[in-house]
Amino acid sequence: MKNLAQRLLAVLGLVMALAFVAAPAVQAQQVNPTAQAVSEEQLFQALQDDEMVSGRVSIPDDRASGLIKPGNKSWAGTHNGTVRFLTIASIIGAVGMLALFYMVRGRIRIDGKMSGIRILRFTAVERFAHWLMAGSFVVLALTGINLVLGRILILPWLGEGAFSTMTVWGKLAHNYVGPAFMLGLVLSFLVWVSHNIPDKVDAQWIAQGGGLLKKGVHPPAKKFNAGQKIIFWSTTIGGVALSVTGFMLLFPAIAGAQADWQFYQLVHGLVAAGLSFIIIAHIYIGSIGMEGAFDAMGKGDVDLNWAKEHHSMWVDEVQANQAEKITPAKGAQPAE
Amino acid sequence: MARMKFLCDADRCIECNACVTACKNEHEVPWGINRRRVVTINDGLPGERSVSMACMHCTDAPCAAVCPVDCFYTTEDAVVLHSKDTCIGCGYCFYACPFGAPQYPKVGNFGTRGKMDKCTYCAGGPEADMTEAEYVKYGSNRLAEGKLPLCAEMCSTKALLAGDGDIIAEIYKERVVTRGYGSGAWGWRTAYGDAITV
Repeated sequence: MKNLAQRLLAVLGLVMALAFVAAPAVQAQQVNPTAQAVSEEQLFQALQDDEMVSGRVSIPDDRASGLIKPGNKSWAGTHNGTVRFLTIASIIGAVGMLALFYMVRGRIRIDGKMSGIRILRFTAVERFAHWLMAGSFVVLALTGINLVLGRILILPWLGEGAFSTMTVWGKLAHNYVGPAFMLGLVLSFLVWVSHNIPDKVDAQWIAQGGGLLKKGVHPPAKKFNAGQKIIFWSTTIGGVALSVTGFMLLFPAIAGAQADWQFYQLVHGLVAAGLSFIIIAHIYIGSIGMEGAFDAMGKGDVDLNWAKEHHSMWVDEVQANQAEKITPAKGAQPAE
Repeated sequence: MARMKFLCDADRCIECNACVTACKNEHEVPWGINRRRVVTINDGLPGERSVSMACMHCTDAPCAAVCPVDCFYTTEDAVVLHSKDTCIGCGYCFYACPFGAPQYPKVGNFGTRGKMDKCTYCAGGPEADMTEAEYVKYGSNRLAEGKLPLCAEMCSTKALLAGDGDIIAEIYKERVVTRGYGSGAWGWRTAYGDAITV
């Protein structure tokens, strides 16, 4: 019996010991097993601006591992808001200001009469560089503006099908004309950079408003005046920015993550809007805005009197050192 | 009309990927495109959760807002669909979407992505309902047959819910109250502007 009592006691002791050991285990099972569960709210709080909630996928495509990226909505908002607004403001602003300028100042005429004497202003290489850049820029600007504003301005009266076809061609043109613009940009930079270094004459030119505002005022200028230098440097810097960002947009894999592509896209849109403003003004003053100005890029040579008024120091230099650039008036007889 | 939504109850999802497979099969989705995917957060760690994600058919969808040719439209059931005939493959919607829904048949440079493809909520496209033309471009149109999206309908644990937003939100709330926990209606705040509070 004693043996049995001992055995019972031992079993009881074992059970008690087991119960004591097992108790925490039982308790642990009663704890909410989801206490450590990730929640969207908690992940969102830890999220930086351009980050996304992501995990692991069994699909063999890494891009599928992103789950939610709220930041994409802010890119969409900026694209449709700020970029679209500034594009509209840039175009309307430029055209409006020029219309006002035209009404107040009118076309800037040559004060003296046409002399008939021509002076070579831009060589064939210079004109090729300019028109390669200018022609491609106009194509790129129109097709680019179509992507930003076409949906509002053109789609309603062209209809979905025709507008889509037009935009597909516009997209292709934009993508394939880009390299032509880059080439024109490089050529223009090479042929003109030496004439576009800012100097003291520019300060004087700016102080007199370039003579744009008052008839008969013609501050001296070399081959390029301060206004033209501003256009040169805006085109160079803006053009490089557009080229680099445009390249990234064409090659998303090189651009990197979504946020990088979005950044390049916004820079591309904003720089394009700004450069469009400047180029609209440039087109105006080089065509209807000033008598005799278009000849420089059109034919290559300009009238001597126009040149004397707008680029006096350049004329002096040509007359002194490069007389071969000057063509006498037709029918004029050389002095005997 | 109903306001259709998706809701993935991550506390029920077992990452079986049946929704992914069912979707691919039902719509004959091209290679390389997954209209639906299952993402596991904190994989291998305590408290990991899997979420089945596809196009959430957002309110004020950002894809539709940035599309340069306005190819998106919202149906009476608030399903966001698009026209592949109008789509120019520019890729903007891919960058606007918070859920990675828009995908393209090609990963090409110079903008040669091809026409965008995404979850249609099993509601086809602009072509006439249940026609061959619609099937080829967008897959089957179960909504027109009076059925809900297949991914949710065949979910073995009923983790993925599809249907009217109010109704599925109610089902989810009831679950959370009954079992005492819930990791949230993933994506709702981003897609619809409101999370489900229990």
